[in-house]
Amino acid sequence: MTHTSDKPEGITDYFASLMADMTPAATGFSAPVVNLNRRSFMQLLGIAGGGLVLGFSLKGPQAQAQEQGALAFNAYLQIRPDGKVIIQAPNPEIGQGVKTSMPMIVAEELDAAWDDVEVVQSPINAAAYGMQFAGGSRSIPQNWDTLRRAGASARAMLVAAAAARWNVPASELITADTAVHHRASGRSAAYGELADAAAKLEAPQTVSFKAVSDYKLLGKRISGVDNLKIVTGQALFGIDQVQDNLAYAVYEKCSATGGKVVSANLEHIKTLKGVKDAFILEGNGKTGELMPGVAIVADSTWAAFKAKKALQVEWDLSAASDESWADIKHQAMQLADRVPATALMESGDVTAAMTASGNKAVEGLYTHHFVAHAPLEPQNTLATWNTDGSIEIWSNTQMPGRAVTAVAGLLGIGEDKVTLHLIRAGGGFGRRLINDPVCEAAAIAQRVKGSVKLQWTREDDTSRDFFRVGGFHAMKGAVDSNGKLVAFEDHLISFTENGDAPVSGGALNQLGFPEGSCKNARLAQTLLPLQIQCGPWRAPGSNTIAWAQQSFLGELAAAAGRDQLEFLLEALAAMPEPNPQATSPAMNKHRAIATVKLAAEKAGWGKTLPAGRGMGVAFYYSHAGHVAQVAEVSVDDNKRISVHQITAVADVGPIVNLSGAEAMMQGSVVDALSTLAGQKITFENGVISPLNFDGYPLLRMNQVPPVEVHFIHSDNPPTGLGEPGIPPLAPAIGNAIFAASGQRPRTMPLSEEGYTLV
Amino acid sequence: MADFTLKINGKPHQISNIEPDTPLLWVLRDTLGLVGTKFGCGVAQCGACTIHLDGSAVRSCSMPVSAAAGMNITTIEGLASDKGELHPLQQAWIDNDVPQCGYCQAGQIMSAAALLASNPQPTDAQIDSAMSGNLCRCGTYHRVRKSIHDVAAKAVSAKTSAPTAG
Ligand code: FES
Ligand code: FES
Repeated sequence: MTHTSDKPEGITDYFASLMADMTPAATGFSAPVVNLNRRSFMQLLGIAGGGLVLGFSLKGPQAQAQEQGALAFNAYLQIRPDGKVIIQAPNPEIGQGVKTSMPMIVAEELDAAWDDVEVVQSPINAAAYGMQFAGGSRSIPQNWDTLRRAGASARAMLVAAAAARWNVPASELITADTAVHHRASGRSAAYGELADAAAKLEAPQTVSFKAVSDYKLLGKRISGVDNLKIVTGQALFGIDQVQDNLAYAVYEKCSATGGKVVSANLEHIKTLKGVKDAFILEGNGKTGELMPGVAIVADSTWAAFKAKKALQVEWDLSAASDESWADIKHQAMQLADRVPATALMESGDVTAAMTASGNKAVEGLYTHHFVAHAPLEPQNTLATWNTDGSIEIWSNTQMPGRAVTAVAGLLGIGEDKVTLHLIRAGGGFGRRLINDPVCEAAAIAQRVKGSVKLQWTREDDTSRDFFRVGGFHAMKGAVDSNGKLVAFEDHLISFTENGDAPVSGGALNQLGFPEGSCKNARLAQTLLPLQIQCGPWRAPGSNTIAWAQQSFLGELAAAAGRDQLEFLLEALAAMPEPNPQATSPAMNKHRAIATVKLAAEKAGWGKTLPAGRGMGVAFYYSHAGHVAQVAEVSVDDNKRISVHQITAVADVGPIVNLSGAEAMMQGSVVDALSTLAGQKITFENGVISPLNFDGYPLLRMNQVPPVEVHFIHSDNPPTGLGEPGIPPLAPAIGNAIFAASGQRPRTMPLSEEGYTLV
Repeated sequence: MADFTLKINGKPHQISNIEPDTPLLWVLRDTLGLVGTKFGCGVAQCGACTIHLDGSAVRSCSMPVSAAAGMNITTIEGLASDKGELHPLQQAWIDNDVPQCGYCQAGQIMSAAALLASNPQPTDAQIDSAMSGNLCRCGTYHRVRKSIHDVAAKAVSAKTSAPTAG
């Protein structure tokens, strides 16, 4: 575990490979369905109860191709003779609802009654199961076809078994409520009765899927499968895990990224009540795995927390971040006007259009600060080091497959010696895609040769986060004498950790809009060096790009003296027609226009509002979802903002679980408003602040506006809803503030410009 | 180090050899294995650790065990009836599918239960003020509020229909 180079190794490369695994092109991939009864898999996997068992794979084609030779499935569907339908869900549950919604898709094609379905969380097994993750809103789209295929295959086999039993053609049979029915003779057989016979058949090569209009379960409201456990306080989360002879650990790292331990008052710490051990770990120099620090192992969480307060560490800061936001801002201000010679995208001549007579030019510098993920459950992991040199881990990571690889490498053991149990997470938002807490717990367990639960404090969770990166958008644009958009430029000043690629979430994603809707456009970025650790935060990139670009579109509408809505619709209509040959999802202007129009209609756009009140609209396309939002706000003379109503319209294809989908959209609005209103992480000499919720305000119930949610139920492949609801909220609010007050906010959070949310 | 008797969910528990400044939260979780009460911030800012002390909602992360000795402590595990019948709020939480990640929900329910016990028909403003100590990072506030209203409304209709039913 030694590390020779000076600066720590960041996570840029880790995320580059991660994103390749999550490419939207994976949508629609359909893996084969395997009849496990015909191979002796049931025993291997410990599947009890008999009946029909089908295996299938829930992962993208890349991951599958990499794993040829491994078992070809990572999930299964079992129809037991007692009539129970067991669906094993492999993807991490972080509050986005996949543990409920993914099995619903199987149950729909199977025609199983939801009450007969039991959902189990699959184990994490690097050899057998391949990649299992929650990120990029990919869980649903990536597995849509495969899940439907699993359900439809089982249904076809059960129908074939019934046809053989009754000696009637399969075409005369229908299925409903976990049973096959023969109308002509009035006969019915429950799936459970047919399961053993169906298990002797081949899984079909081809199946057909139901039409959306025939759905009985999808689109309904289904309560989350873990809700009873949650409301009765049963052990469910990472922090709730226990093992025999468990010790409790904390891990103190340098408050500035890259600091190394010189010495610590370990002898004193070891004398404190409840402390069993204290030691220094050198780490492997990777911010996403194990950085240098001091571990304290105690007989209770509280004893460990208390000892951590008494810990005194001398840090070697020679390779540590000494960055300050004020310096970064100063540098960025010098650069804002200097657009780099090579643009990411360029069409026409922006400069000429800005200065052409008759055109009206507008400029604005938008700033967004760093923010933290702040999941309500602070990072933790339980690890047990066994005497045979293997390790067992219980963790709420969003990236369990990568955790196994990282732990094996870090501890110098084979991946077959690492067993990881995936535990429900108290919020993820992208934070748990990085496995540093897992690595820390594993290293401490190996050192003490036993079971250790590592628990971060809230302060650890905030200061050692991988932040949503801050940045600056220098916007320029022009409208012509007819009030039409003729020029659009965005120069993003962002950051790089490795001197080459932008940090995670710090690239200028190209949505195509609005730059594709005017003749003269330019997108460019300048990257400043940065050591502060950054990572993906719900709708990475989009969450801040939408704020700057879609707010600026509102500025251009105002410069043209036109209604925001009309201007937005006109700009959308000017976009090129969608490419019917496109293999990966892309923004479709017709879907975009439909969401904007419906949002405006539902919000009552154009109605007479009292003085000091205004409406704002914004559209954004991210993670394959089209979302429009309208905000109605009032602003008083003291910059106090009241948000009266948010109307959100999404086109994310068919809705799987209406309850979950609506909750995701409401939650996204609350999250985005919370972040816009007052959240800011800052740093001075590399040291992060604030550290707890007293300085990092999350929206409280009294500040939450009514949120009305509508879905356009299109037949596009569905996409996840964890992310696309986030980006349009901030510009919709910004545009509404302008409509209400004539003032244009250009800083996120708004509190930096003196606004408060009441 | 000291010994305490804690009355939790109607049953006495002997806690021995514990630092008197240990927050009740960690005694519940680590010593007694009652893990429904959650740790979110440790500084009375988030409400994830909310329990009832003699019927009032308190933040157990900021309440030393010594101060809770002898008082009636109710945790989320003790909210359902002895026969396992859910508290009406727990049922409403399931019916309305309130949880997203679910981590804050034990604390939300405990705050709501204390509110309804003292004020069975709260207004929106009263709900907001009683619940403003409970953060939900996932943003489930709309359904939290709706569930409290649903339970309050049911209590009213149960009361008004009681004479005819009886
Ligand atoms: S943990 Fe007690 S209020 Fe947050
Ligand atoms: S449901 Fe996740 S914090 Fe409330």
